[in-house]
Amino acid sequence: MNIDYIFYLLTALTIICATMVVVSKHPIRSVLFLVATFFCISAHYILLNAQFLALVNIVVYAGAIMVLFLFVIMFLNLNKEVERNKSILYWLGAIVSAGCIFLMLVSSVGKVALTNGNIEKENYTLGLVENIGMSLYTDYLFPMEICSVLFLVAMIGVVLLSRKENKFTTNTVSNV
Amino acid sequence: MYKPDIIQYISLNHYLILGAALFAIGLIGVMVRKNIIIVFMCIELMLNAVNLILAATSTYYSDSGGQVMVFFTMAVAAAEVSVGLAIIVMMYKNIHSLNIDLFNRLKG
Repeated sequence: MNIDYIFYLLTALTIICATMVVVSKHPIRSVLFLVATFFCISAHYILLNAQFLALVNIVVYAGAIMVLFLFVIMFLNLNKEVERNKSILYWLGAIVSAGCIFLMLVSSVGKVALTNGNIEKENYTLGLVENIGMSLYTDYLFPMEICSVLFLVAMIGVVLLSRKENKFTTNTVSNV
Repeated sequence: MYKPDIIQYISLNHYLILGAALFAIGLIGVMVRKNIIIVFMCIELMLNAVNLILAATSTYYSDSGGQVMVFFTMAVAAAEVSVGLAIIVMMYKNIHSLNIDLFNRLKG
């Protein structure tokens, strides 16, 4: 089987799943289609020989973030419909404006001459775990450490946000 | 040296157009949907479109900076989702709704 058939099949699957995320009524169906989209994008990463990114995409996005979404949706118990039946005008306006942005991006892609600049140092194995790890811990060591600080801040923020409301206000009042 | 078949048969423009299409679909979702959780998921979709473009460009140009950038984008997205969902849960306790029109009282 030729590889461009695989590419076009995966692309069609990705677009269909992404469209179903937007279109489907129930949030849980939306989450499941988003997981399918992430698996398709991981398959694209494997086609691009970026195996580390494919693994991390499945573990972080499909494994952690989507489970968080599912947990919140089930926690909030959304049985009643949030959305009224919107008029077709909303959809039309959104599709037209997003289509304008899409056309703008595509036309800019057509204008740029995309030639391989550094053909002499071509290296197609830099998506493997070993090479990405070497790159992360030598060239990009400082952003990596900043990333851990970011996670610490996010963790503290979540813990602070999920405290009881009345205790929080009494504490601030007593502090003031 | 090993060269992936995709580089010989598929041009980079295909990946750029696919990323643009995914970005536009996510943008439609952000503009149309009223459920704030679905809006959040569409933002994730837009982030993934950008990730796909970065990874494809990195592979075609043999530069590892794009893939490292995708890794950092994923880390920031994970932090953003955890904080955002905590804010959504707290707002749901206050206003008992997920309609994004009611979330405008988050200002200031």
